[in-house]
Formats: sequence, C-alpha cells, structure tokens
Amino acid sequence: MSLIDNERKIKELQATRALLDAGNEYDQLSKEIDELMKETYDHLTPWDRVCLARHPNRPKAIDFIDGLFEHFYELHGDRCYGDDHAIIGGVGYFHDMPVTVIAQAKGKTLQENLDRHFGMCNPEGYRKALRLARQAEKFHRPIITFVDTAGAYPGIEAEERGQAQAIADCLYTFSDIKTPVICVVLSEGGSGGALALSVADRICMLENAVYSVLSPEGFASILWKDDSRVQEAADVMKLTSYDLYDKGIVDYLIKEPTGGMQNDLKLVLHDLDRYLYETLQTLKATKEKDMLDNRYGKFRKMGSMSR
Amino acid sequence: MDQLFKKRNQELKEFSSWLKRHKPKQKKEVPDNIFKQCDACHESIPYFSFVENNYVCPKCGHHMKISARQRIRSLVDEGTWREYFEKDCSVNIENFPGYDEKLKKAKMSTGMNEAVICGIGKMNQQRVVLCVMDSHFMMGSMGKVVGEKICKGVELATRKKLPLIISCTSGGARMQEGIDSLMQMAKISAALKRFSNQGGFYITLLTHPTTGGVSASFAMLGDIIISEPQALIGFAGKRVIQDTIKQELPEGFQTAEFLLDKGFIDMIVERQNLKTVLSELLRLHGGKL
Repeated sequence: MSLIDNERKIKELQATRALLDAGNEYDQLSKEIDELMKETYDHLTPWDRVCLARHPNRPKAIDFIDGLFEHFYELHGDRCYGDDHAIIGGVGYFHDMPVTVIAQAKGKTLQENLDRHFGMCNPEGYRKALRLARQAEKFHRPIITFVDTAGAYPGIEAEERGQAQAIADCLYTFSDIKTPVICVVLSEGGSGGALALSVADRICMLENAVYSVLSPEGFASILWKDDSRVQEAADVMKLTSYDLYDKGIVDYLIKEPTGGMQNDLKLVLHDLDRYLYETLQTLKATKEKDMLDNRYGKFRKMGSMSR
Repeated sequence: MDQLFKKRNQELKEFSSWLKRHKPKQKKEVPDNIFKQCDACHESIPYFSFVENNYVCPKCGHHMKISARQRIRSLVDEGTWREYFEKDCSVNIENFPGYDEKLKKAKMSTGMNEAVICGIGKMNQQRVVLCVMDSHFMMGSMGKVVGEKICKGVELATRKKLPLIISCTSGGARMQEGIDSLMQMAKISAALKRFSNQGGFYITLLTHPTTGGVSASFAMLGDIIISEPQALIGFAGKRVIQDTIKQELPEGFQTAEFLLDKGFIDMIVERQNLKTVLSELLRLHGGKL
C-alpha cells in the first residue's frame, strides 16, 4: 500500500477512535493505529519520501520565515524586468543579527500556487536573488537560502529572458560572495533551478526532503521513455537526504517527527534555529579568505577522482 | 469498331499512366566514405568537399555536428596540440543499471574516453587552453569526469595564465550519475569565477546542441559568447516546455539567432571563419594575460 493510502487509513482510524470512550475497543484501535504508523513510517522508500516532500500539508518557506526571523521585510523585484513571486526575498533579524533571506516559495492554495508558479522560478527570480545577495555582501549580512522547487520554470518567456544565463550567474556569483551563505533544503530540490540557490558554505537538509538532478518523473521519461516508472526512478536516483549526507553534499540533517514536519513544525524550527545560529557563529569567526577557500573546496571535491 | 478503338485507347492511356506513375525514388546505396547526405537539405555531397568545407554543407550552409578531434583539427595550428588529462575516464561507481554498457558503447564508437577533450594548443600562434565537448559521446552529457576534466582545464588556464576557450555541446547533466553530475555545474562555475578574478579571458563557443545543465553554467559565463549558426541553445527541452505550457513553440525558438536577438550571445560566426575570429579576439585580449 502506498504512503498516501496508509495515511488516509490512519486518519480514518483516528477519527473513529475520537468517537470512542476509553475502554477495550479504544485500546485495540490505538494499537492498530500504532502498528500501521510503524509499518508506514519505519521503512520509508525513496518514493515515499518524494510523496512526503510533496505532501500538501507540508510547511512552506513562508512558515519558516515566520518562525525563524523577526521584523522580516520582503524586498521585491530584480530591477531589470519584474518581480518573480516564486522567490521571497528580504531582510530581517535572526537572533538580533540582520540577515538576508532568499527563499523559493511554493503556495498553500491553488490560487497562491498559480501566482507562485508552484515554486518554479523565472529568470527574474534568480536575478532578484542575485541583487539581494550583492546587497547582503555590501552590508555584510549573512545570507540564508531556502530551496523548495521542482526546477526552474520551463516556459517560452523564461527562455527568452535567459533562464540559463540567470542560473549560471547565480552559480558564478554565489561561489564567491564575500559573506556567509547557508542553504536549507526544505522539501524538493530539482535540477539547476534548485542548485542556483544551493551554492553555500553549508547545506542542511530536512530529513524527508529530496534533492536530485531532476524530478523522478522527468528522469523516468528521459531515461526509459516511460514516466510510469517513477518509483523505480526514485529508487535508483539516490535522492533522499541520507543518500546526500553519505555523499558529503549535505552537511547536516534535520530530523523530522514521524509522518513529516507538518505534524510538529516547532520541533523542526527549534533544531534548525540552533543549527543556523551555531553555524553562523562559526562562519562569522572564520576569516573571509578561508571561508571562500572552504566554499570552493567543498564544491571542488564533488565528483573529483581523488576522493 | 468505334468501341474497340475506344477500348484500345483507354488501355493505352492506362498503360502510359502506369509507365509514368510516381516511382518511389530508390535510395542510392552510396558508401559513406564517398558521399554524405546533408542533414538539412538531404543533398548528397561528395565527402571530400564536406571535409574541405569543415563539414558545412556547400549547398545550404548547414553546419553538421563534428567530433571533438575534428573541431580541434580545424581550430588549432598543426603540430601544436598537447592533450591533458586524456586518461580520465568514467566508471559506474553507483552501479546504475545499464550505464556500463552505454559507456562501453560510447567509448567504442567514438574512440574517446569521455565526452570532452582538454589541452593546450596554438591558434594562429597564440597559446590557449581549449576544452572541446563531443556530442557523439552519450550526447555530450556532463558527468563527474566531464566536469572534473573541464574544471581541471579551467585551473590549468588559471595556473598557466593562459586564455581559455570551451567549445560546448551537450544535452545537459548525465542522468546516470545523478546528483554528482548536477554538482559539476557549481564546481565549474566556481572555478571560472576564480579564473575571472585573476583576470583570465574566457570565450565560450556554443555549438549544436547546447542545452540543460551545461547551458545553465559555463556555456553562459564567457567574457565573449560565440555561437555557430542555427545551433540549438536553451535551458529547458522543447518537449518539456510544450508539455508545461500546452502551446506550440514559435519557429526558430532556442536557436542561436533567437539568442542573439534576445541579447544572450555576442555573435554568430560560421565555422570557416571561427579560427580567424577566435585568434583575433585572443590577440585583442593580449594573448597572454
């Protein structure tokens, strides 16, 4: 049975249980629920994690911004063409320290998602990120990026306005920006569209998030010309947080409560808050040149044969 | 009698129309090494005139795909080429199903170890680090080794203080290597940034096709970006865009001419003039740093 089916069943059982008074039947049902939960969440397949990462109730970037930063002011526009709503950028306080936040934002409702292109950025989104990054560099503010996108938006206008150039420019500029950058992979990271905001000193990732060269659907359709083999694709792609941690691409994993972070966002926020705070302290104490050398070294060794 | 004549006439007509019927033209069985058919105008052209013309169709000017070795031969002064990192070659570390066979096939059919060749050569007497990708090797896809070789090429140029030219042609990241191939984009971009900080001069040469991860990293980072005519250059694949927006794509979408019009490349140069233009640009930028 798939994860979604199990989840529905658990919900149904819980609803039934809520109508019951304490007693044998109640205990019986509780046991059943526990067993089902264990069965569902103890051995998550990669595809289950993809489903969790795309879970409709999963908190979005905006929840993290609300939960982590104070006095957040959103800043708009790339000063070239327009404002891409798939990226929320702005400034705020993190533990009394001014920071710049750049977040790929999926919406919560269909209407909002249409407005935000389901978190898929246009070139102006990446250029907005670049503008804010340069601004952060000027005012010596650390940058915190949140990655949550299936990929860059594939559209005629996006190509006309230079999607490839915008992403390339992000990789280029972030590799050498003279202020600490920390990247948080929230749920889904796909292709160059996600990588553009992932060039950072530290990358941390939520346990149920996935990060890959492209979506399992796209992978199956390109490689096997058959997009129904998504589960198989997810299995071979090594896209879970644990795979990436093993590979050394991700520096830190943030544990999620059973069933995903929607069940207890506070716990996740607390862990993330502590991680960000400690890492920022470390990075701020590092000399600028060392920090940049470390950042270069981090990416330089990826896929290098000496490893 | 009249009837008979009419009948006879009718038959004759039928026969003559049968004679004149549209015969399916039989494809001439021509060995590859004598004639070659142009991909665009389907004209059969003697192979030697193709070679003389740098694999550009003399009839319609279509630029055929050429291999990395042919590209190097056409750009670099004779006897000055020295290849670097030629032994680097991909292995299927992750045991991706079917990847071993694909690699083996690509190696056999191209005689190359990977989809890119790096080295130092002279272009009209000017030394330059040149990396040339080859689309015949698994669509020129960028895996760990391709990324590593190009990155080492960039670092070589940084170390030797030489200008750098990368001739791009690629379908994008190599799917079989997953996330590692994606990370090559960041790695090469970071190396290019260091090269640029040092004052290095970098030309990108875009050839058909340059898409996906390669276009969204080093292909778009040149100080000067040059393309061959009619080359397909873009980030997202046409099918993906069509599936997303459910519209027909305009004609000439994602061609070099389209990008020139939109302001993303500097110039379109025909293959015959490439060497001259590139070496002139190298001279303009002082040859050596």
